[in-house]
Amino acid sequence: MLKYTEEHEWLKVDGDEVIVGITEHATEQLGDLVFVELPEEGRVVARGEEIVTIESVKAASDITAPLDGAITEVNVAIVEKPELVNEDPLEDGWFFKMSLADPSELDALMDEAAYREYIA
Amino acid sequence: MTDLLKTPLHSSSVSRGAKMVAFAGHEMPVSFPEGVLKEHLHTRAKAGLFDVSHMGQIVIRPKSGDLGDAAAALERLVPMNVIGLAEDRQRYGLFTDSSAGILDDLMFANRGDHLFLIVNAARKVSDLNHLQAALGDVCEVEPFERGLIALQGPSAERVLSSLNADAGNMRFMDVWPLNLRGVPAIVSRSGYSGEDGYEISALPSHIMDLAGWLLEKEDVKLVGLGARDSLRLEAGLCLYGHDIDETTTPVEAGLEWAIQPSRRAGGERAGGFPGDSVILDQIAKGAKRRRVGLLPEGRAPMREGTELHAGEDGEVVGRVTSGGFGPSLGAPVAMGYVPIDLAAPDTRLFGSVRGRMLPVTVARLPFIETRYKRA
Repeated sequence: MLKYTEEHEWLKVDGDEVIVGITEHATEQLGDLVFVELPEEGRVVARGEEIVTIESVKAASDITAPLDGAITEVNVAIVEKPELVNEDPLEDGWFFKMSLADPSELDALMDEAAYREYIA
Repeated sequence: MTDLLKTPLHSSSVSRGAKMVAFAGHEMPVSFPEGVLKEHLHTRAKAGLFDVSHMGQIVIRPKSGDLGDAAAALERLVPMNVIGLAEDRQRYGLFTDSSAGILDDLMFANRGDHLFLIVNAARKVSDLNHLQAALGDVCEVEPFERGLIALQGPSAERVLSSLNADAGNMRFMDVWPLNLRGVPAIVSRSGYSGEDGYEISALPSHIMDLAGWLLEKEDVKLVGLGARDSLRLEAGLCLYGHDIDETTTPVEAGLEWAIQPSRRAGGERAGGFPGDSVILDQIAKGAKRRRVGLLPEGRAPMREGTELHAGEDGEVVGRVTSGGFGPSLGAPVAMGYVPIDLAAPDTRLFGSVRGRMLPVTVARLPFIETRYKRA
């Protein structure tokens, strides 16, 4: 089951980690991505901290850490091919995996119904 | 966006899912659902149709009936050879001011009994006032209330020829009156994408029909302002208010090619335009700075305003005036101003992006091979 942030990120629980990406709605708003810069693996991050820089054909934006934790893996494929994020934001276009400091914090994030309402 | 003007193609764009933005007082399509990258590449591969009705169209008629009088009058405001422009031809021009700054860039055409100008949307009111004040003694200067669409790309000739076969006989910078399937239009073989193509001026009530006929062709898609910007940037073309403005001179901007010999020192009508002493001096001796192409290393775009440095610890030596991603190059591209001693191709500079010094190399413009139909 996916969880969502107000910053238009999705989180998918994968064992002890979560996989994080941006929503289709976000990619539609951003337009074609042309540049992605990801955090280094192992970095400890705090919720709200800007950890990813993306640039679309239009402008640069930051993506923040959705929750407290540590980056365990990043998707280097989207650095080589930023268009993967537009083409497949929920699967091949994921950004990073992280281990959460407190997995129970996931419960406070929006579920799909709440996110749909949020962007409506 | 209720106070914004709508072009004749507005409803067409909206119904095709365009993202609309405010631009120079008009509500304009910035992109369509396919997105800027695909629209850009489609234009270079086939043909893009652009709504450019927001641009200003102006007609200048000599009160004497002698076009030479209007041409001579316009030469007071632009450092171009207007008098020598043949009928049915157009040139690129610049309105300069007394300190050699650029008030606008434009296209001007000889239409036999009058001159026909196309100016930037954001400048059309001030251009009209400027022209009326300076030329009003010998000319009638009137806005020409027409819509304007641009068909750009390698398929443009075949597509427009299906509405009138004469379109295929035009060459770059020709301006012909053409009947397009019954619609009277003024067609120029020009554009602002680096591709072969046409700009088509017609009554607002006819623009929808024309656009509809062109969009029936498989190769033609509507393209927004986003791709228009990346296309012109790859083609090394200036955007007024960004790459050129009152603070840049024609020579600094690398636009001396647009100043014909007749208006230069030693020419038969040398000078006689605003800022002439500065401009002629810069043509002779060079300017202290120059607009250059810039190729950032890596994938991070260097946007307008990015500061340029000679070394990683050096002071700011210049600034990016247009920058983004070049879809046809698959890499970021930019233009900006640098001191003349750093303007040679292959000069390595640094752009400061998000607090980091990223290497960038001065490059020749245009970034792509242009495909104007010159022969």
